[in-house]
Amino acid sequence: MSTRVKHFSSNRTRILSSRALLLPGLFIALILLMACLLWSITLGAADITPQVVYDSLFHFDETIFDHLIIQTVRLPRVLAGVIVGAALAVAGAIMQGLTRNPLADSGILGINAGAAFAVVLVAYLLGSASLTAYSVAALIGAGLAAGFVYGIGAISGGASPLRLTLAGVILTAFVSSLTTAILIQDQETLERIRFWTAGALAGRDFAIIAQTAPLIAVGMVGAMLISRQITTISLGEDVAKGLGQNTLMIKITAGVLVVLLSGGAVALAGPIGFVGLVIPHIARFFVGVDYRWVIPYSAVIGAILVTLADMAARIALRPLEVPVGVMMALVGAPFFIYLARWKVKR
Amino acid sequence: MAERRLHRTWIAVRPRRVPFSFKLDRRVPLMAALLLFFTFIVLIMSINHGAYHMTPLDVVQTLTGTLPADHPDYRNFVLVVHTFRLPRILVAFLVGAALAVSGAIMQAITRNPLAEPGILGVTAGAGLAAVILIVWLHEVSLTILPLVAFVGAILTAAVVYFLAWKQGSASPVRLILIGVAIASILGSITTFSLVFGQINDVQQAYVWLTGSVYGRNWDHVRALVLWMSVLMPLAFFGARSLNALNLGDEIATGFGVRVERQRALLLVISVGLTAAAVTVAGTIGFVGLIAPHITRRLVGPAHEGMLPITALVGGALLVLADLIGRWVIAPSELPIGIITALIGAPYFLFLLVRYRK
Amino acid sequence: MIQAENLSLSYDGGTTVVHQLSLTLIAGQITALVGANGCGKSTLLRGLSRLLKPSYGAVYLDGQDIHALKAKDLARKLGILPQAPTAPEGLTVHELVAQGRYPHQNWFQQWSALDEQIVTEALEQTNLTLFADRPVDTLSGGQRQRAWIAMALAQQTDVLLLDEPTTYLDLAHQIDVLDLLAELNEQGRTIVMVLHDLNQAARYADTIVALRGGQIVAQGAPDEVITPENILQVFGLDADVIVDPVTGTPLCLPIGRRKPRKAKITSYTNGKLKHPISASIEAVGE
Repeated sequence: MSTRVKHFSSNRTRILSSRALLLPGLFIALILLMACLLWSITLGAADITPQVVYDSLFHFDETIFDHLIIQTVRLPRVLAGVIVGAALAVAGAIMQGLTRNPLADSGILGINAGAAFAVVLVAYLLGSASLTAYSVAALIGAGLAAGFVYGIGAISGGASPLRLTLAGVILTAFVSSLTTAILIQDQETLERIRFWTAGALAGRDFAIIAQTAPLIAVGMVGAMLISRQITTISLGEDVAKGLGQNTLMIKITAGVLVVLLSGGAVALAGPIGFVGLVIPHIARFFVGVDYRWVIPYSAVIGAILVTLADMAARIALRPLEVPVGVMMALVGAPFFIYLARWKVKR
Repeated sequence: MAERRLHRTWIAVRPRRVPFSFKLDRRVPLMAALLLFFTFIVLIMSINHGAYHMTPLDVVQTLTGTLPADHPDYRNFVLVVHTFRLPRILVAFLVGAALAVSGAIMQAITRNPLAEPGILGVTAGAGLAAVILIVWLHEVSLTILPLVAFVGAILTAAVVYFLAWKQGSASPVRLILIGVAIASILGSITTFSLVFGQINDVQQAYVWLTGSVYGRNWDHVRALVLWMSVLMPLAFFGARSLNALNLGDEIATGFGVRVERQRALLLVISVGLTAAAVTVAGTIGFVGLIAPHITRRLVGPAHEGMLPITALVGGALLVLADLIGRWVIAPSELPIGIITALIGAPYFLFLLVRYRK
Repeated sequence: MIQAENLSLSYDGGTTVVHQLSLTLIAGQITALVGANGCGKSTLLRGLSRLLKPSYGAVYLDGQDIHALKAKDLARKLGILPQAPTAPEGLTVHELVAQGRYPHQNWFQQWSALDEQIVTEALEQTNLTLFADRPVDTLSGGQRQRAWIAMALAQQTDVLLLDEPTTYLDLAHQIDVLDLLAELNEQGRTIVMVLHDLNQAARYADTIVALRGGQIVAQGAPDEVITPENILQVFGLDADVIVDPVTGTPLCLPIGRRKPRKAKITSYTNGKLKHPISASIEAVGE
């Protein structure tokens, strides 16, 4: 049984139909992002006016309580949201282009679960480990999971979207039960780690951002560098080979980038799903199928989405704070359903 | 010209007076016998294993009721065997059988060898319902946990089916994908509950979620037997239409199968079996995925023989998993769901290497 | 006899593929549906069975609306073999053919003596007796197609609809399958098949129905239908038509842009047949 999938909305032209609009569009998106960031910083248990925010950034006075809150609590959190959103969105875009599967993202394919498990394992084995240990663990976990999924793609000779999705589901189930096994055994680890396993931006500080941002930065730069190759390979592996592309190298490189981006994101904020699934679709809706534009647009839109989701998560059940991963699932899964109903032919 | 003799690979069952007949792959009776024997051995070993020491001979005698009444440990033996160990092992067997058959049905309906019982979000629905009960609704007694889990399972399956229904058909592809999505939503709400609940409740919830037969008693066995005695025969009778559906919707329609109706019916049976299993033992993964695969290698894909054998394979797997779970970190116990995951994933890897389609 | 009356067919409520088409297929004949890609021939075939519900009009089998019939009743009269069917891994030929008995079975009688006999006969007729216990996916393309036809045979229908039964097969197997279908036709079965090879259609069909854009452009015996004008209209192809020296049926010769070469040999057999299969290949090949 084959699953024909309308991957590239071929009968619809993109919104920004003229190439001249692409760059201005990106700038507008960036401005939107700034606005969201500002808005996000003003929100919280105590709302802070934009004037105060501006002051705290440029005329920092450590005796003013609000300035402290902004610098130590809100700014890092918002920054983390931007980084995570951008990283996951770009990782998702790469995966969707590479596997020609519009339903791919690091959550569905089990990469997030793998990274999360590695972190939980380290937390269990080493008690309270250093930040570096967590980051390394997340990367290794993401790497193994990605390798697994890649193996499926390589061995099954171009796995259908359905098969990859199911493989990801099973991988997630497997890894989750291992994670659960640990959490059952050790209440202390459970206590410490359970909030994080839901995907959380709360409590992020500059230290962890400094740890993970370089990884993600490398991933983003790399993604931009191979964006044209990704466009080529998204046309089909045989076509790409026929055009002279070294598809194996591209796949390996892209895989490494995905691991850097997802692993870094998970190390920073825990496993957050659906960002990588939803954002590339939105980006492609605006800019078409050229990944030289899809990737930067995905990054910006991803940052916007996570920031907005985090804001919603903070006010939805005040004073309780919904983990952003939960909020993303509540937003993203209906979108996935929409995709499954309208974009997948039997 | 060489004589063209038809090489018989099947057995035809045609009792003389009764207008009843069916066909079985000839490997089926042998496999059934082997599996039952294997399960019996593991059963004895499993009952034998435990904090309270007994010899295998004691176990067999207690089971068959041939233990002399004046044996010094008579009361204890009977207690341990009949009250503690036997029911939980029987539950493991029945749950394994139910999940295996349910998985086989799902794989045939979706024509996808990677499908498994929880694919319509059934396990996620049961899980969420159970977690909500354990973590949030403290006033409500946990005795209604099975009912709540069951309702959660059925409701979720109904929602998924409804969402996958488009223009008169619920295509297998849509079912799977929407099932995945719904499971994600429910899973995230479950996660939310696990994050914010009291730590003790949460640990209890986690155990339930992983799947365990700890402390299962004869009530559970009775409930399972009741459900399965209705659903299993229905599943076996549906073997023919499963065969037809497995050839593709078009050929099945050509045979006169009312594809959507049959599919819905078989889904109901599968969901019912899964819901019963999950209600009693929590969300045990991988059995429903792997048992059908093993069975197909043993007796081929024709469902007349494949379904009963799959039930036996699933039952045997879980009884074995239970034994391993109790043995590997004795005297503590690793929940059965963990063991199935640990066995399941490597086997799944092996499967994926084989299925190069 | 199958009759389509003002039949319109579309997929998922989208564009109409077949437009108000009326067609009568005569019983006991081989009818071939031909046309370019996307002309609606496969769609029409599916509409003639119950695979596709008409968006307008109706299909009648022996005077009865096929959608009014009970599914199983129709399945005993009309069998369909879709394009490129796949069998589950490990399914043996015998098991596959046995599935064809589905419309004649019920929950209690799942394998009667009659079922067994008919399956045995179907296997014999398709020369698959020796392969009965082999898995279907280990067979060659031609054998596999024969197994599917055997399954359709076991269904014991008077009418057989086949969607491109020769696609993906190499030439010898194509002829093999078509000869088998001709044999089945001689035994009284009505055969309706979609063929993409016009010359095969000319050779084996009693009636050819040529479609374009979801409508019938030409219908009738091969001699009537296969003309350069029709080929141009249906396929958009310039062609000459001669009489096939082996079978006497029309033979379509496309005229492309390549200059013709000087022929060295016009026929190996001078019209006299050596072995049916090799002679056909050589004659057509030149």
